[in-house]
Amino acid sequence: MKCKGLFAELADYLDELLDPALRAEIEEHLSKCKNCRIVVNTTKKTVEIFCNSEPVPLPPDTRNRLHIALEKRLRRVQA
Amino acid sequence: MGSSKLDPVVPHPLPSQVVKDDEPILVAAAKAGDISAFETLVGRYERKIFRLTQNITQNREDAEDAMQEAFLKAFEHLSEFQGNSRFYTWLVRIAVNQALMKLRKRRPNQVSLDEEVDTGEDTIPREVEDWGPSPEARYEQTELAGILSAVIGELDPAFRVVFQLRDIEELSTEETAEALKLSVPAVKSRLLRARLKLRQKLNRYFQRGGNS
Repeated sequence: MKCKGLFAELADYLDELLDPALRAEIEEHLSKCKNCRIVVNTTKKTVEIFCNSEPVPLPPDTRNRLHIALEKRLRRVQA
Repeated sequence: MGSSKLDPVVPHPLPSQVVKDDEPILVAAAKAGDISAFETLVGRYERKIFRLTQNITQNREDAEDAMQEAFLKAFEHLSEFQGNSRFYTWLVRIAVNQALMKLRKRRPNQVSLDEEVDTGEDTIPREVEDWGPSPEARYEQTELAGILSAVIGELDPAFRVVFQLRDIEELSTEETAEALKLSVPAVKSRLLRARLKLRQKLNRYFQRGGNS
C-alpha cells in the first residue's frame, strides 16, 4: 500500500470499520512511513482532544437570560 | 515519540453518554408538564448545547437565541419524543436545526449542506510535525476550549457541522446523516476532511516547540 491508498481508507481506519486484512496492510504501511504515521496519530489525537473536551460553564448573563426565557415561555405553554 | 503506537480512537464516555438513571423519570415528568423536571434536564445539558450552537453559528447572540429556541421547542414537542434514542441525541437534532437556521439567515449564500463539497480526498498532508503525547496539557481548560472553538470556526460550515455532530456530540454516522439529510458516504468524506483540516490547524498550537 502507498500513501494515497492509505488516505482512501483512512475514514474507515480511524473508525475501526476495516476488515482485518486491510487494517493490517495499513499498519504495515504506517510502520514504514513516518509522514503517514504522524498524520494518522495526530489526527487521532485531534478527535480525542475534541471528544474529551468539557464544555465551559455558561456565562452568567447568558444563563440568566436562558432561564428567564424558559420560565416565561414554559409557563405560557403550560397554561 | 509514541509515533509507532496506534491506539484506536476510543472516545471516553461524556456526560451525555452516561445516561443517568433518573433521566427517563425526568423526561416522563416533563412530558406530564412538570417544569422543574424539564429545568433539571436543561441544567444538565445547557453547557453542551451552548457549545454546539456557538460552534455552528460562530456568533454569541445567535448561539444564545438558538439554544433558547432549542430548549423551548424541545419542551413544546416532548410528546413526540418516543424514547427510541437518547434524550440528548434528540435535543442535539433540534439544537443543530436552530443553529443552522441562524447561520443561514446571517450568511444565506454560504451555507448549503446539500451541495457537493470538494472533500479533497486525494490530498495527502505533507506537514509532518509531531505533537508529543499530551499536547493539550500545555493549556488550561478555558484556554483550550477557546482554541478548539476558534479552529472549528475556521472550517467551512459543511464540514464543521458534521464534525460537531459526529465527533463532539458523538452521534453515529447514520444519526448524523439523518439529522443533516446527507448520505452516509457524504458524512464520512466530510468528517475525514474536517478531521484532517482541524489537525492541520491545531499544528500551530500543538507541534513540538510550537506557540505554547
